[in-house]
Amino acid sequence: MTQTQHTNRPRGGSSEPLLSVRDLRVTFQRQGEEEFHAVDGVSFDVRPGQTVGLVGESGCGKSVTSLAIMGLLPGRGNRVSGSAIFDGEDLLTLSPAAMRDRRGSEIAMIFQDPLSSLNPVISIGRQVTEVMERHQGLSRKQATPKAVELLERVGIPDPKARLLNYPHQLSGGMRQRALIAMALACNPRLLIADEPTTALDVTIQAQILALLKELVVDTGTALVMITHDLGVVAGLCDEVNVLYGGKVVERGGRHGLFRDPRHPYTVGLLNSIPRLDAARGEKLSPVPGSVADNLPWTSACAFAPRCSQVVDACTRETPQWEGDQVVGHRCFNPMGGTR
Amino acid sequence: MNDTTNHTTDDSTDHSTDDRTEDARGARPTFGQRRKDRIDQLATAGTVDDEPGVSLIRSAWKRLRRNPIFLIGAAITLAFIVLAIISPWIAPWDVTARPLLDKVRPQSNPVPGPEPGHFLGADDRGRDLFSRLLVGSRQTLIVGVVATLFGLLGGLTLGTIAGAVGGWVDSLVMRIVDVMLSIPSLLLAFTVASLARNPSQWTLVIAIAIIQVPIFARLLRGSMLAQRASDHVLAARSLGVRPTAIVFRHMLPNALGPVIVQATLSLAVAIIDAAALSFLGLGNPDQSQPEWGQMLGRAQPFITEAPHLAFYPAGCIIVVALGFTLMGESLREALDPKTRR
Repeated sequence: MTQTQHTNRPRGGSSEPLLSVRDLRVTFQRQGEEEFHAVDGVSFDVRPGQTVGLVGESGCGKSVTSLAIMGLLPGRGNRVSGSAIFDGEDLLTLSPAAMRDRRGSEIAMIFQDPLSSLNPVISIGRQVTEVMERHQGLSRKQATPKAVELLERVGIPDPKARLLNYPHQLSGGMRQRALIAMALACNPRLLIADEPTTALDVTIQAQILALLKELVVDTGTALVMITHDLGVVAGLCDEVNVLYGGKVVERGGRHGLFRDPRHPYTVGLLNSIPRLDAARGEKLSPVPGSVADNLPWTSACAFAPRCSQVVDACTRETPQWEGDQVVGHRCFNPMGGTR
Repeated sequence: MNDTTNHTTDDSTDHSTDDRTEDARGARPTFGQRRKDRIDQLATAGTVDDEPGVSLIRSAWKRLRRNPIFLIGAAITLAFIVLAIISPWIAPWDVTARPLLDKVRPQSNPVPGPEPGHFLGADDRGRDLFSRLLVGSRQTLIVGVVATLFGLLGGLTLGTIAGAVGGWVDSLVMRIVDVMLSIPSLLLAFTVASLARNPSQWTLVIAIAIIQVPIFARLLRGSMLAQRASDHVLAARSLGVRPTAIVFRHMLPNALGPVIVQATLSLAVAIIDAAALSFLGLGNPDQSQPEWGQMLGRAQPFITEAPHLAFYPAGCIIVVALGFTLMGESLREALDPKTRR
């Protein structure tokens, strides 16, 4: 047990957190409909230079978490509570104008679909320089050589010519690189990547992940990696948060989490990855059921209907967090604990 | 891409009839509602981007190039515009000159027929009909284009405000627009035009511009809203781009596509409405500036003796309006993501 605790600890856990999310709750409510808790008390820390993963299937609240931190949720129909302390300021209480000043310069975001996230009617160069003009007060002339540098840094060949290209003229991987260049234009201290590789094919995925890793190491930028792909997590993240139904159900260092997962959901996710060393013809074992089966967290464990380890308590009370801010899980009957 | 282009062009006409029959089914919506639905439908057209590597405009052009309907419409439109520009120089007679005055017999022969040098004959005042028809294209074009431009300008302003600001401003603007849409457009144009003390071509322009405003406003507001929810606007917001820059650099240019298509369709309507208004005497009374609707109106007393006096300007109006409509419709179809495969 002590052995596990030790290896579960992620590295880089010593310095002060750059972003500290505490008890973040996002509730959506439409007129005449029941409230929906998209994010239900999520807490995590991100330290400078660290990569933190938020993992979970569709609808577990990972994208909403990032949008709430960025202040990009639609104005009406939702309620955000809790805090997200970034560099001593609570991002959730900042005015919209102050938040706009932080976005792009201090915190930037990379989106899932690089084609639809680029403006189709303006050239790539214009979109990259726009950010620098906005935050660094540069003229377009001053920003252009910097844009060339940036495009070169993210691995776009012949960056000068690419400046004049429009998004439709670039390949998928190039577009994602251009988006990354835009996000990095003002050297943000925190980068949130929302499934940056989902829309790309596998070889390009590997290139983009390598690029992100390189940039994080070189610039000391903290990275929040949102993904449903545990392969991405294994290659990139220092700390992993597994989300289910809007709550963190397990947290740990990359190595610890993969070697000794405690929460049955994490185990389910790991088992549902196709493995090269599995016997031929062996079937994948997916997590049964869907998020639609969830029980409310207020009186049960939301995962209970899909869980292989379910015990009586799971459907009667809310499982509490077992552990600390670095390692822990939320389960009545965790796996692997007997060892 | 190349091998599919043929099919797309061939199928596009079938597809539009399908759409129409679909609209006709179910409960009959009210007149105003049908118009609103049509405008809203247009708002979604032309906003979706094409498959990677091919720009929207290039793929639309590929389709248009082989579309006979578009080519006919474009040819008519082009011929009309060229004629309107050069007509004063190529017209054989001055429009105010009355070369056949002595052939006019108010009792027995009020409208002189064709003869050498005047192959359409003259009107009731002995002026060369062919020359007046040629020069008449000019007024028609000016009124149609300027009215549509003004309407576009007004619609763009209202639509941008409604789509960009949202909230109660959006509700207020759109309710005003709905009220305007609920009044039959020609009736509204009559009302506006008859307010003028001294009717001129500007009366026509303003009256027709006003009836175009709500159409453009609603259309642009719809596609602005679609843009507001788009990923690239979210991405721009995530980079801290200022709201004004988001509206004018990221939303408006992307939302303009369907509005431009609607403008070509509106030109046809503007030309017909302008003709209708001046037929009723609400247009420019100055006969030294002939206009097809005005000529049509003046032909009324002679419809039994000289129906050709009415047929020629009417035919011109129909052909030109058809040209703009064919061009606009095929443009809309080419840019509509639903007709692509």
